[in-house]
Amino acid sequence: MENPHLDEGRDPLLIAEDWLDHGRRVALATVVETWGSAPRPVGSHLVIDGDGNFHGSVSGGCVEGAVISEALDVIDSGEAKMLEFGVADETAWRVGLSCGGRIRVRVERVA
Amino acid sequence: MRTDAIRTVNAERRARRAVILLSDLTEGGERVIREAEAAAVEGALGEAVRRAFHTGLSGAVEADGRNYFLNVHMPQPRLVVIGAVHISQALAPMGKVAGYPVEIIDPRTAFASPERFPDIMLSAEWPEDALKKRPLDAYCALAAVTHDPKIDDFALKAALDAGCFYVGALGSRKTHARRVERLLAMGVPPSEIERIHAPIGLSIGALVPSEIAVAILGQVIEAFRARGKAEKGAAA
Repeated sequence: MENPHLDEGRDPLLIAEDWLDHGRRVALATVVETWGSAPRPVGSHLVIDGDGNFHGSVSGGCVEGAVISEALDVIDSGEAKMLEFGVADETAWRVGLSCGGRIRVRVERVA
Repeated sequence: MRTDAIRTVNAERRARRAVILLSDLTEGGERVIREAEAAAVEGALGEAVRRAFHTGLSGAVEADGRNYFLNVHMPQPRLVVIGAVHISQALAPMGKVAGYPVEIIDPRTAFASPERFPDIMLSAEWPEDALKKRPLDAYCALAAVTHDPKIDDFALKAALDAGCFYVGALGSRKTHARRVERLLAMGVPPSEIERIHAPIGLSIGALVPSEIAVAILGQVIEAFRARGKAEKGAAA
């Protein structure tokens, strides 16, 4: 049933399910901890497929590239990874944060 | 992570039910916990699970010598207002800002006009029809503010039947006493009728429509944040 409260086209968990239904290989990245002014809250998801397609976000676009390349390794190996990033000072300045932030992102394969 | 876990979480989210995806960071693996199952989770983990369902906040938790990550998915609360009246004109933008998106239902097209309610979900229909299309659930609050039993009563009964976390009705104590009689005649049990907040709104001496809107919104937030507190006490 169509649910007006969920965004089928942009929701990372719904997209993950759809990709799995279509036989695509999938990894899910999740923000599990933040310090300081992190751009996306704990629990935010980025979903990645075996070809590097992705939806969602774990930051304001600063670390997604790195997460995607790690996710491709995770899809191949099946081993979950914990990644840690510090938000660059320059980035923090541009988005108006005074302190910069750090985030921890867990990446795991869905199968 | 198992594909099944994602499917179960999505099924709960589609049904507008709260759900937690619990990942074991120490040994790997995960578990899906539906809100109805929260009371049965034991120990420190159980407390963390119930707290997460209450606050809606995800986070890392250490319990029983293991590290867990609790990702809680809460349905967005909705505030359904019966009556496109002056109070609703203030309540609609306030609810939007506070994170309780407002939907207004009023069959009187002179009241329910887009000019009076820009950028607000508006149904110029009887509640009987509008609520069939977009049913109420446990993550809805319903405020009936038309003063007109023909419009309000059906919606109030529907809100109680659906287990809305908040049900409020505008009107004096005298008006409410007559409303109680009508709802009893409609077969609503007295224990359910007691859940109706009437007169509506927190007691802050509100006088003008915008102040009454603040009193209603405050009461809605209070009710939402009190969700699950009774169960928590019972489990302890």
